[in-house]
Amino acid sequence: MDLSNMLISSQSPSALGFSTFQAKFIQCFVDDNRYQYLLKGLGSTLLITLFAVLLGVLLGFLVAIVRSTYDKTGRLTILNAICNIYLTVIRGTPVMVQLLIMYYVIFATASMDKIVVAVLSFGINSGAYVAEIVRSGIMSIDQGQFEAGRSLGFSYPSTMVYIIMPQAFKNVLPALANEFIVLLKETSICGYIGLMDLTRGGDIIRSVTYEAFLPLIAVALIYLFMVMILSALVKKLERRLRNSER
Amino acid sequence: MKDKNTTVFKSSDHMQEGDVLFQIQGLCKSFGKLSVLKNISTEIRKGEVVVIIGPSGSGKSTFLRSLNLLEEPTKGVILFEGRDITDRREDVNLYRQKIGMVFQHFNLFPHMTILKNMTLAPVKLLKMPEEEAKKMAMDYLKRVGLEEKADAYPNQLSGGQKQRIAIVRALCMQPDVLLFDEPTSALDPEMVGEVLEVMKDLAKSGMTMLVVTHEMGFAKEVGSRVLFMDDGRIVEENTPQEIFSNPQCDRLKDFLSKVLI
Repeated sequence: MDLSNMLISSQSPSALGFSTFQAKFIQCFVDDNRYQYLLKGLGSTLLITLFAVLLGVLLGFLVAIVRSTYDKTGRLTILNAICNIYLTVIRGTPVMVQLLIMYYVIFATASMDKIVVAVLSFGINSGAYVAEIVRSGIMSIDQGQFEAGRSLGFSYPSTMVYIIMPQAFKNVLPALANEFIVLLKETSICGYIGLMDLTRGGDIIRSVTYEAFLPLIAVALIYLFMVMILSALVKKLERRLRNSER
Repeated sequence: MKDKNTTVFKSSDHMQEGDVLFQIQGLCKSFGKLSVLKNISTEIRKGEVVVIIGPSGSGKSTFLRSLNLLEEPTKGVILFEGRDITDRREDVNLYRQKIGMVFQHFNLFPHMTILKNMTLAPVKLLKMPEEEAKKMAMDYLKRVGLEEKADAYPNQLSGGQKQRIAIVRALCMQPDVLLFDEPTSALDPEMVGEVLEVMKDLAKSGMTMLVVTHEMGFAKEVGSRVLFMDDGRIVEENTPQEIFSNPQCDRLKDFLSKVLI
């Protein structure tokens, strides 16, 4: 619907004069303080992404540690089975369906803030992907590193914390960063539970002004800008972590 | 503590020379149906340098790795300083602190500087103050001639340097015994000498050592006892002189005729 609307109702701004473009810009973003839709939406998007990332990382690391402990030592059988079910269900269903179920089924009767519902949905979803990324990182570390740690007298958890995790983290950083970028963009479906995020904010402007081009392009640019900043930060961090490989 | 200025390394002296350190009785290990160690019994005394030789697949490494439970024995008893470390109620991490290990592939921690590699365990496990641990590590580094590498990362070092660091890293825990699992097998021939030098110094200082190796020269020169293993058993056990000049069983004669001495 959005796409066809855009094609029919908007003409490219270059075909129109600058003054028309200016008028449309003012109509879309300045009149009635409509830029507020984008600003507030952006706030929600960032808030949801930030806390979903934190929840996802927490869940992901826990699940990864359980799964790799099982892979390496054969212990934690029951926890490993639970983690497997979690991974199968979450990775086997679309995140949008998960969000709808979370809002309309699980929290149907509880009056829960929509932001919290979104954070839970995206965090739980992201956790499954983070878990597999981190597990692959742990399994990629040479068994000799484990043995060296254990032979010095470190317990299994201490070996994980001091020796394995720092190395695994460095290896999976690019994949993790990619997951967070995906997550940031995935939050754009929040509109389906009536939550005003960045995408929904732009769409509201479109529906009140009947002007699709400017608000939607603005939304796209803001996402692009955020992703570029995120990528740059990760690149910096990666370079710092790579010091030991000179 | 006794002062041992004549040698490069100190050894911990709370045990008397000649006391039994390891008492191994009926040790068996199998991986599934494959039986790797078959009823091994022996004892290791304080101050001994025991060299374990044998063809590949004879169970040398598995035997060595059983001694700090990197391989869990299927059957048998390992008494370390009088206590059964195969007992599940015993805290194996405490024993491992006293049993240093040097690996074929060094296994230095690549994300830490050399100094950090050496001080991590003493600081975290022995609760040694950071400064004291650093001082001790620098002392050891000086003794193996690598003090200028303290702030380097493992990947900046040669194989021989890495292995010397791995040895002093193990020493930083002040272990009662050091296990060497083919310490020179992954090295360029040129670098074997520098590592063996360090090991000889260690042996002279009275450190108890178990060495799995193919360096027969080392076995001859510093070994106080040689174990010859074949097919999961200790087939012959004697002083280096006897083993090399007067081998008894045919398997050992055959083995010695094939290796360069």
